[in-house]
Amino acid sequence: MKSLHAQHHPLADTGYQLTVLTQAEVEGAHQPLFATRLREAGLLPLRPTGITVMQVNVGKMCNQTCRHCHVDAGPDRTEIMTRATMQQCLDALRQTPIEVVDLTGGAPEMNPDFRWFVEQISALGREVIVRCNLTIIVANPKYYDLPEFFARHRVRVVSSLPHFSAVRTDAQRGEGVFGRSIKALRMLNEAGYGVEGTGLSLDLVYNPSGAFLPGNQAALEREFKQRLVREHGVVFNSLLTITNLPISRFLEYLLDSGNYESYLDKLVQAYNPVAAANVMCRSTLSIGWDGQLYDCDFNQQLDLLVDGRAPQHIRDFDLAALNERSIVVNQHCYGCTAGAGSSCGGATT
Amino acid sequence: MEKATYYNPADLAKFGNITEWQPEMGRKFFDYYGEVFKDGALTEREKSLIALAVAHAVQCPYCIDAYTTDSLQKGADEAQMMEAVHVAAAIKGGAALVHSVQMMNKAKELSM
Ligand code: SF4
Ligand code: SF4
Repeated sequence: MKSLHAQHHPLADTGYQLTVLTQAEVEGAHQPLFATRLREAGLLPLRPTGITVMQVNVGKMCNQTCRHCHVDAGPDRTEIMTRATMQQCLDALRQTPIEVVDLTGGAPEMNPDFRWFVEQISALGREVIVRCNLTIIVANPKYYDLPEFFARHRVRVVSSLPHFSAVRTDAQRGEGVFGRSIKALRMLNEAGYGVEGTGLSLDLVYNPSGAFLPGNQAALEREFKQRLVREHGVVFNSLLTITNLPISRFLEYLLDSGNYESYLDKLVQAYNPVAAANVMCRSTLSIGWDGQLYDCDFNQQLDLLVDGRAPQHIRDFDLAALNERSIVVNQHCYGCTAGAGSSCGGATT
Repeated sequence: MEKATYYNPADLAKFGNITEWQPEMGRKFFDYYGEVFKDGALTEREKSLIALAVAHAVQCPYCIDAYTTDSLQKGADEAQMMEAVHVAAAIKGGAALVHSVQMMNKAKELSM
């Protein structure tokens, strides 16, 4: 499977994605503007509560091409963060108390300077989260020692596993992904990840493989724990449920399968004002592979830069100005406020 | 004009409107309904799968629509959902067949 970008698909154009997303409002007005809902909740303009997480997308290259990928990542994507840009991130980090650096991609481990970057962040005494897709660990012998590398730097590993059934996982992430993911999870367990008493944290991310919302996070966690240990001898710490946002390849899937309207209705109907107050962009700064700044990884993939009154590139980093910015919102934001809410850390309420 | 059919998928979302003509009973029903499906001695997922099976037994297209979505949301997979429907089918089939004992009794009573 190719990325939308490589297919020259119309949805590879983020301007077109935004047109699709706002059309429903223009036509039927039955999907009210997200900004209107925020205004009703007294949250407009949406302001940061203080940046505590720096999320760095180190590149769009990935060994997988998942159907729902909001990054449109894949082996054919060549956008990758350079060491010079990583250095700018480190310089910014040094002047702030931000405690957590969340590395994402693509498969972040495919960036040639990935290990160097992790070492530098950890040398600054900050916690590193790696969003690891699991299969990368077994993709090539040069990655086999990743679990030990992670353990050495006390990296928190957050990994996608949309289901404990092979059928549902493979439908979303590709043929054979479930089996390889289980193999990688065993290697992580062997390195101490997810094992009680080691302090090495391994969280799994559940996101629905289809046009429906995630269920109760605690109930799903119980089910995943039972099934994974019983059927595969695998253990982990927490399950984070994440709602699929209607952008990029998930948007393509929704349009192709005829689920677009009903999915958006579901998100809008499930709007939860408590979740609106807790959206992750209020505490996160997202940095793109080229050093540009965004409110979150979703806005990044829609090319929605941070508000122009704040610095828009990491080289001009200014924490105070960024903490004063207005967050850029659009209709895709309904994905963060549906039901129990959704963020890179799972449910928000 | 919309094509008239006995079942319209859009009507599912209007279920709540039944309170318009009988608010008191409607409200009591929905309160009870909500209570029944909460996590309890059975998990929410188990209850959703039971509802899915019953939906097939009573052959309600609204309920099949609703509880297919709900089962998926609660984390059930295809195998669990199909097994739930087989349970409904087995009970429905069994219920028909077990009455054949009555048929056999009657036939024997009438026969030489
Ligand atoms: S969802 Fe993750 S693993 Fe899948 S293609 Fe996108 S970046 Fe890669
Ligand atoms: S999509 Fe991004 S900007 Fe919108 S609410 Fe979610 S985190 Fe915030």
